[in-house]
Amino acid sequence: MVKVFVPCDSSALSLGADRTAKTIVVEAQKRGVEIELVRNGSRGLFWLEPMVEVTTDKGRVAYAPVQPKDVPSLFDADFLNGGAHPLNLGLTEALPWLKKQQRLTFARVGIADPVSLDDYLAHDGYKGLKNALKMTGAEIVKAVTDSGLRGRGGAAFPTGIKWNTVLGCESDQKYIVCNADEGDSGTYSDRMIMEDDPFVLIEGMTIAGIAVGATQGYIYLRSEYPHALKTLNEAINKAEAAGYLGEKICGSNHTFDLEVRRAAGAYVCGEETSLLESLEGKRGLVRFKPPLPAIEGLFGKPTVVNNVISLATVPIILDKGAAFYANYGMGRSRGTLPIQLAGNLKHTGLVELAFGATLRELLYDFGGGSASGRPIRAVQVGGPLGAYLPESQFDTPLDYEEFTKIWAVLGHGGIVAFDDTVDMAKMARYAFEFCAIESCGKCTPCRIGSIRGAEVIDKIVTGKDHAKNIQLVRDLSDTMLNGSLCALGGMTPYPVLSALNHFAEDFKPRDFGLQNKKVAA
Amino acid sequence: MTTALSTEELTKIEAHITAHKHMPGALLPLLHAIQDDIGWISEEAYLPISKALALSVAEVHGVVTFYHHFRRHPAGRHVLQVCRAESCQAMGAEKLEAHVKSTLGVDYHQTTKDGAITLEPVYCLGNCACSPAVMMDDEVYGRMDNQKMAELISEARGA
Repeated sequence: MVKVFVPCDSSALSLGADRTAKTIVVEAQKRGVEIELVRNGSRGLFWLEPMVEVTTDKGRVAYAPVQPKDVPSLFDADFLNGGAHPLNLGLTEALPWLKKQQRLTFARVGIADPVSLDDYLAHDGYKGLKNALKMTGAEIVKAVTDSGLRGRGGAAFPTGIKWNTVLGCESDQKYIVCNADEGDSGTYSDRMIMEDDPFVLIEGMTIAGIAVGATQGYIYLRSEYPHALKTLNEAINKAEAAGYLGEKICGSNHTFDLEVRRAAGAYVCGEETSLLESLEGKRGLVRFKPPLPAIEGLFGKPTVVNNVISLATVPIILDKGAAFYANYGMGRSRGTLPIQLAGNLKHTGLVELAFGATLRELLYDFGGGSASGRPIRAVQVGGPLGAYLPESQFDTPLDYEEFTKIWAVLGHGGIVAFDDTVDMAKMARYAFEFCAIESCGKCTPCRIGSIRGAEVIDKIVTGKDHAKNIQLVRDLSDTMLNGSLCALGGMTPYPVLSALNHFAEDFKPRDFGLQNKKVAA
Repeated sequence: MTTALSTEELTKIEAHITAHKHMPGALLPLLHAIQDDIGWISEEAYLPISKALALSVAEVHGVVTFYHHFRRHPAGRHVLQVCRAESCQAMGAEKLEAHVKSTLGVDYHQTTKDGAITLEPVYCLGNCACSPAVMMDDEVYGRMDNQKMAELISEARGA
């Protein structure tokens, strides 16, 4: 029987994948054709969703984007056997977008049914755990350290070193906490892992638990991701039933329980100490450090807090070895980065590449330039707290240290492109406004500085004491950078000052404030 | 505006409290359970929650008001969230926001007169590859334009 794949990833659903799937089933019944419908994850070519694939003897053939109205003609063209059709893209694996990538963390994403444990096992799933069960905690931590894996949530702290601290702590209880509060605009790789390959995250967390001696894990999931919640819970239940979670994992003496906890729409809870407060049932106020969460974390116990992508990368490291993973990348940025292309680009989607590719390659070779057809003027990398980069910096390689050199951050790997209609003073004002809305309120630079910052930008664009207020924004940014407790207040100056430094022309006085970009003569 | 809870709703709240009170860090899961069931979190729930979790009423109030997700007033039959984050702005979210507000005749955090739709801003739905994005209840919609928005709104009003 021919297998027909229609993604169930929420971005594919947002473009009508459910209706497409339903229409295919109805049309097949009408024609008396037997098919097996599989709801797979997305391959990450979102400009082509909903992408339908069929199995043929040559491999999987893709048709995209398929709307319900296209379905009868697909059957007429014998698409179940890979027939010719204007939407036929040929073999999925041969698509240049996919062929040019190095998918390690995302190796399985889009291929199989996300909640089928059999599919997971058939595609190298749980091989990392099998190896980990033969190793000591210290050996597992060493493998993660040697792989060079750094925290993919944004701070890029070496994962193995964090694990080693928790391993070295004596405690009756330790925790593994997965930070799945992916609130950065322009990022969706965590969501894709959780919706499209949830077992890899479960496996990664289980390995982390075995490595450091933690028996309880929590996934702190943002409330804006209801599909991920459902998928994760389904996968956790299946893993438990099959002996991959709970007591005596795979017949060993290890225990690891896992629970998903829903966040409640506070961006600041993506900051690890605020996240821990929230998990404890409190307001998400940022904690002072030290003590480090690795020593005194959740409920005061030693806790590993890692991002989804960091944890989901652990299984392949344990499966193929630290050297295999460390062989990718450049400088101190080892391995691959799942990059998310977003905003005003023709081809948006997930691109996993070894560190070192340039922004230009991503924007033009993968992204195909702007969606609007106008020149790309500014690019924000690393979420709402990331710097805006002008065209002159598009040749910067994606590497943590190279980005630091140009006063920018890679963050969680989100790239948002803007065309030349963007008003950078407005974006700078928005950065302050966002910080004001999301500030936890604990420290003054963030709580008050963000509000004053937005007011000062308004004064700048209306020409009130222009030079004085430009200096005031710089002084305020300096206070926020150096005086904030966490990255929310501490990094809001990145988008603000990068906009001011690279796009000064947008900060000239104008007649009608931010409502009108037209610059006064 | 104060809305008194019905006896049935108070019973439901008691049941959620009983089901959650022994969880470590129970407050957020409990508040989610109450809001999922009743649609909002009434101040009438604060006292029984605070007693069960050994917290002060002020602490419960503090948590409810800290998180954007928890609502202290009943919402409309549907909740429409429009993404205001950068990726959606790069694809015209601002125009879409203005259009939605004028079509519905409400601003953010308000409910339409017919009680059908509560409008909320949201800062990223993880659908940045298909900007601009909105969410109606638990479903995400991508590459929104005024036409698609009108269809979504009329569907919600009919249902």
